[in-house]
Amino acid sequence: MAPGSVAEVKEALAGAGYLADESAALVSFLAQRLDKPVLVEGPAGVGKTELAKALSRATGRELIRLQCYEGLDEAKALYEWNYRKQLLRIQAGGESGWEDVHDDIFAQEFLLERPLMQAIASPDPVVLLIDEIDKTDQEFEAMLLELLSDFQITIPELGQVSATTMPIVILTSNNSRELTEALKRRCLYLWLDYPSLEREMEIVRLHAPELPETLARQLVEVIDMVRALDLKKPPSIAETIDWARTLLLMGAEDIDRATFEQSMSIIVKHRTDIDLVAERVGMKLAESVRPQT
Amino acid sequence: MPSPYGPKPEAAPPGLTAKLLGFCEELRSEGVAVGTSEILDAFAALEQVPWSSQDDFREALAATIAKSQEDRRLFELLFERWFFRAAELEAIERGVGERGQRQEGGERLDLDELSEQVRDAIVEGDDGQMRDLARLAIAAFGRQEGSGVVGVDVQRIRRTLGLSAGAQQPAEDGAAALPPIDRDQLNRFERHLRRELERDLIERTSTLPPSRPLAELDRVLPTSPTQDLAAVHRAVSQMKRRLATLGHEQRGRRKGRSVDVRRTMRASLETGGVPMHLRYRPKRPRRPEIYVLCDVSTSVTSASVFFLSVLHALHDSFRKLRSFVFIERISEVTEVFEHERDFRVIAQRISSEGGVADVSGYTDYGRVWLEFLGEISEELDPRSTVIVLGDARTNGREPHAEVFAQIAERAGRLFWLNPEPKLYWNYGDSVMAAYERHCDGAFECWTTRHLENFVNVVAGGIPAND
Repeated sequence: MAPGSVAEVKEALAGAGYLADESAALVSFLAQRLDKPVLVEGPAGVGKTELAKALSRATGRELIRLQCYEGLDEAKALYEWNYRKQLLRIQAGGESGWEDVHDDIFAQEFLLERPLMQAIASPDPVVLLIDEIDKTDQEFEAMLLELLSDFQITIPELGQVSATTMPIVILTSNNSRELTEALKRRCLYLWLDYPSLEREMEIVRLHAPELPETLARQLVEVIDMVRALDLKKPPSIAETIDWARTLLLMGAEDIDRATFEQSMSIIVKHRTDIDLVAERVGMKLAESVRPQT
Repeated sequence: MPSPYGPKPEAAPPGLTAKLLGFCEELRSEGVAVGTSEILDAFAALEQVPWSSQDDFREALAATIAKSQEDRRLFELLFERWFFRAAELEAIERGVGERGQRQEGGERLDLDELSEQVRDAIVEGDDGQMRDLARLAIAAFGRQEGSGVVGVDVQRIRRTLGLSAGAQQPAEDGAAALPPIDRDQLNRFERHLRRELERDLIERTSTLPPSRPLAELDRVLPTSPTQDLAAVHRAVSQMKRRLATLGHEQRGRRKGRSVDVRRTMRASLETGGVPMHLRYRPKRPRRPEIYVLCDVSTSVTSASVFFLSVLHALHDSFRKLRSFVFIERISEVTEVFEHERDFRVIAQRISSEGGVADVSGYTDYGRVWLEFLGEISEELDPRSTVIVLGDARTNGREPHAEVFAQIAERAGRLFWLNPEPKLYWNYGDSVMAAYERHCDGAFECWTTRHLENFVNVVAGGIPAND
């Protein structure tokens, strides 16, 4: 079941449309071999979430996603008792003894499974994505510890539910706050950064294969220039791909100043950033050679 | 049963295990939290990767041991050093050397040819080749007049080879200009040179140079804006994260909570549908409002660059942040920071249009407090935090400590960061003591380490020892 080598993982991910760099492939490989969760950190838009999705596609496992936000609690993440149904059961079974009802209403049947529970209880192995863990509170992190180290969940009324199959667990964080040591200790750590020119070029070629080679090269170079500026929100990989597709639709043959100014809003999305990029990058591009229509 | 490969080698010193543990120990001494479970994970991970690839080995170790980007940076630095030293130590112990072999070949090499080859290797970025060429270069003209100081020798060899970053000067004989050299690539070559020189030195003296802690190098106060601003940004981003988690532990203990109907209903099941226990919505953490006052006068020239960069970094991190600079008068510069991203431009704009210097250019703290109180006082409330960056040198003017006390009273918290060592406080015209009484905390702050310490205290953590 587990992959045999790092190269194998890399290939499988590439097959799923994700070009992993060495460290991403290695950590994905280790995660499957050691059955440990992976904590992925990095700036927004470098493909942290995409890594989990690609792993799910590459391994043929179902993806279960838990999107974190401030105030997320265990009722929404783990499980919840279906109290309406429990009430109905109590009312419907009026003639039976209290003992029966008592045992009955805390059965699996009355449990509403939330993503984490689903991932644990699933008979088939899954990929569990806990997205943007840094958005939650520390209490929630603490609650995850049991799940991450032992792959089990304790329900007071039912006992422990242990995973029958080992899920691949990916946690992502945008680094907006320090995660607890206890959580980090249980995870493998992967830092994803913006890709190198060559790798981004490959990514663009993979997702927009019709784009001519020279244009693709020009595109990643411009993106690289834009990222080098101190922007509020540097363009993500997804935006690079969007831009490549836009250029295709526009039928552009060359990124000149006019094309750039028309389509710039796809990669830069802040008012102040737009001014800055137009000034610093737009000016470097060649004037349009074609007459404007 | 005896092993077919003969008797087992001596168990002690146990090769890699001890080396790895030593490595982890060194990481710990640099402040990376490496727990036993991390070390166990590291060993488990190493069993899964091929031993022949250095990259895989390093990545597997890093994934299990270095759990943040900061840790990763230290990890890289130490990894290089530790495993290099470990290998060299082993070589000394076993008496392995390459003396005699490496001298040959060097003398015959033409300088231009060597320089050319190095350029090619640098442009191609081939590590193995760069290493070989570094050794050749050292052999060719490194040893004879070597200064014995590795750093000096590296630069001398680099110059002799005519290598410099950026666009290259066109050759004198009118040949085509050489391709530009990337600074990072050149740095890599220099690292190889340094490495080989160190190896050479160790071999000659048969001892390892004393290992000195890394941290000192990394945590000195940046004195020029171009110098490691990244360090300040790191400390501030840490501060941001600390402040973001601050106060979580006090949630839900206060008055004015609102009832969570859903959870109350669910809890009421225990009591047969009668809501006996009320459940409350958790309290949201407060969003800090921060006012920063920064002295930019000449007495703090070197520090004000540091402070401005702190301000700059703070602006990236907090939404509700208002910043002021002052010398004789106070001036709000929030706008400047919001619209300009480039630090150098900010520094320039503040000095040209801040309008903070009046006549003398000497700081007047008393007047600054009066103006600040006059302009801002209604907006200060117990939720706001005021941070003052300054040396409290009033140049003999009236300090107006009572006005400062009023500010402290209105604001929820007030901190003072002083760029002078504590030793100099209250000497000369410094009136730190008068202000310190009203602060929730006054800190010396002239290295990024102090800044981190401040962050720890503000966030309610344990103050780091220094």
